[in-house]
Amino acid sequence: MNANAPSLSDRLTQLDRRSISNFLLDYGIVIAFLVFYFLLAFSTEAFFTIRNQLNILDQAHQIGLIAIAGTVVIIAGGFDLSTGAIFAMSGVVAGLVARDWADVASIGAAAPYLGWIIGILVGTLLGLLNGVLVTFLRINTFVATLSTGLVFRGLALLITQADTVRVRDRVFSELARTNILGVRTTIYIWLGLALILTFVLIRTQFGRYVFAAGDNPEAARLSGINVNLVRTITFGISGFAAGIAGVISASKFLRAQSDNGQGLELISIAAVVVGGTSIMGGEGAIWRTFLGVMLLRLIENGFNLVQVENFYRSIFQGLIILFAVALDALRHRRS
Amino acid sequence: MAETPIIEVRNVSRQFVAVQALVDVNLSINQGEIHALVGENGAGKSTLGKIISGIERPDAGTLWVRGAARNYTHPIDALRDGITTITQEIALMNQQTIIDNVLLGREKQQFGILKRSEMRHEFDRIVQDSGFDLNPDAIVGGLHLADKKKVEVLRAIARDSELIIMDEPTAMLADDETQIFLEIVRDLNQRGHTIIYISHFLEEVLNLADTVTIMRNGRIVRTAATSEETTDSLVEAMLGQTLSEMYPPRVLPPPDAHNALEVRGLRSNVFDGLNLQVRSGEIVGLAGLVGSGRSRLVRTIFGAEEIRGGEILVHGAPLAIRNTTDAIRAGIFMLPESRKEQGLSLKQVIRSNLTLPHLRSVNWGAGIINYPDETRRIRNLLAELNVQPPLPQLQVNRLSGGNQQRVLFGKWLFERPGVFLVDEPTRGVDIGAKQAVYHLIAELAAEGVAILLVSSEMDEILGLCHRVYVMRLGQIVAEFGAETDSPISRRGIMTAAFGTIQDSVAQD
Repeated sequence: MNANAPSLSDRLTQLDRRSISNFLLDYGIVIAFLVFYFLLAFSTEAFFTIRNQLNILDQAHQIGLIAIAGTVVIIAGGFDLSTGAIFAMSGVVAGLVARDWADVASIGAAAPYLGWIIGILVGTLLGLLNGVLVTFLRINTFVATLSTGLVFRGLALLITQADTVRVRDRVFSELARTNILGVRTTIYIWLGLALILTFVLIRTQFGRYVFAAGDNPEAARLSGINVNLVRTITFGISGFAAGIAGVISASKFLRAQSDNGQGLELISIAAVVVGGTSIMGGEGAIWRTFLGVMLLRLIENGFNLVQVENFYRSIFQGLIILFAVALDALRHRRS
Repeated sequence: MAETPIIEVRNVSRQFVAVQALVDVNLSINQGEIHALVGENGAGKSTLGKIISGIERPDAGTLWVRGAARNYTHPIDALRDGITTITQEIALMNQQTIIDNVLLGREKQQFGILKRSEMRHEFDRIVQDSGFDLNPDAIVGGLHLADKKKVEVLRAIARDSELIIMDEPTAMLADDETQIFLEIVRDLNQRGHTIIYISHFLEEVLNLADTVTIMRNGRIVRTAATSEETTDSLVEAMLGQTLSEMYPPRVLPPPDAHNALEVRGLRSNVFDGLNLQVRSGEIVGLAGLVGSGRSRLVRTIFGAEEIRGGEILVHGAPLAIRNTTDAIRAGIFMLPESRKEQGLSLKQVIRSNLTLPHLRSVNWGAGIINYPDETRRIRNLLAELNVQPPLPQLQVNRLSGGNQQRVLFGKWLFERPGVFLVDEPTRGVDIGAKQAVYHLIAELAAEGVAILLVSSEMDEILGLCHRVYVMRLGQIVAEFGAETDSPISRRGIMTAAFGTIQDSVAQD
């Protein structure tokens, strides 16, 4: 036995400290979420009602949809900074179709539904275009989606002539305003997407490819995976989700504008990061992003309920994001 | 007279997550000597070097420098004591000039403004000291490797380094560059610099060093004068057994075994009409120097690099290989040379890594993974390969190097290959894992798998292969084997690899 070797009890305490801090790094988001949740539950009566709970979920659907899909992009090693612009494009396209095709005799009553579908389709196609630029043309993912974001928003401006698109047919608003069993469609849609993408990530071939592409693209390629195709599809998913969110927004207010959804891309990425999905790619989970989105919403909700000035909220959210990124960096230094 | 050693390491231990890298190590380095450290990968020699240069900290034990105990927390502490490291990889700023690289961190300045003329004087002084002739204004990125090494040496001199630790400095160098570099080292030593020389190349060590310390599994086997050692005695001490015990008995394939892989007139931007065959059950070696095209050849056959022409026949049928997917579907698998960069997805669990290329075969349909079936087959494979611990849900980067290598093998044995291209299969694994790899390769061949083995370790080629192709400059220049006119020999392979007739080089 070597006298200099650390004793068993030393090792145990060392192990303990290390595993506890690793646990905190991995599951800090769960703790933060629970802390905030119960803090709000105990400090304000209005919070803990079913109505308010559903409200928070409903209000989270925009960031939720985009962040959930964005998680898949980030795991695969990409970044989508154009989702805010895709949101706007899909919204105005849906609005334009619903408004202008209503007078076309052969379409008529189907126009609102076509509006939804074509709006979402446009979002998906724009996402796929991002994917092609980033992968096959090898343009840096930040620069590519930042630029396409500008282009998409410009296009939205162009096709609306900088005007607000107003839809008169109330059927168009059903996508966002219908209740099923007392719960808003928006909640079904975004939580549904979360469940589907969770399944895709952990139980399908494509899900494995997404993680492999983000973790080590060269190893993935040498395993017979078309990494470019996988990444392109993740961008398509992101565009699809931003498209749905944009169409829902147009549907909800019966109008759409080219400057809708500004800043959505950043707050969504923030939600992904706060949830603990690594910005380095190759790791992450949808449930993390769900908690990240909800944490940001809770903070917002809490600040509303206790009526604090807006700028405090912004400062606080900023600090939380910074903290989350710092944790991510720390975790990577560990491993 | 017993001078105070420049470096003394006393009872030093260092534990990494899964491995004990150093166990109670004692070592002294004397002023003015060239002291070599040899040992297998994972023996602990690099870790020891890193502790002396302040990159790693010991868990237990002390480092003494010139008779004083030191507790380095950062390489800069060692630098202040005149200790510098030169590593295998070049650590230079490629976009900058030689002078800026050499004087990095020692710039002459006043009020934050560089004083270029003084820097030039300083540089001239250093160059005179070393006897090199380098243009201070040349951009480092455009230099040859040997010249880059010179720049690193100059930088070490500029930092007044009394002790220079060289960790595999010649690993990336061509043979002639190596010779130049060794001259530099000797010269530095004569000018009074003490040198710790970590290397795999035993001949090099015996020619260069005064003293050699042999390490195995984190312990020091012995320290001796190089004049008392031979390559064989070093190898035996490093391995803890004689070489012949390392390799499984050689079983030749049946004489009627068919060609599992046949390459005819392969052309790419590297190859111009290359032919080879591997029979079912045969282990064929690809020998040659680094850069001779061995890895690129197997990568090309695997579809990882573009094929411009020629034919590839698998079990006699021509196969169009446009990408790795085509090769994998035809049963051609490749174990890549770099486990970390090309082989494993380190952040993923063992499960994901093992089945990544085979997800089609563990599928309910519609791309949904048949999880129970996958788990069952993974458990069998982990047991067969003796992966420790055999947990499908364990992240791969938490495994030791040897177990990672087993997982890498498992990734390509989940379904059995017909043709297995194996590129440097024992790089970065310890001796026990190495032996396991050799036996595994032999067993696969006995099952009828055709194996094409790229290895830079001559002993592996000699110990395992039935037949050997030697490559040089993108061409196959020689073939050796029991069934050919020329039997496999170290001398023959080296001669062909270097393209020389006289056989002065018996480098390993």
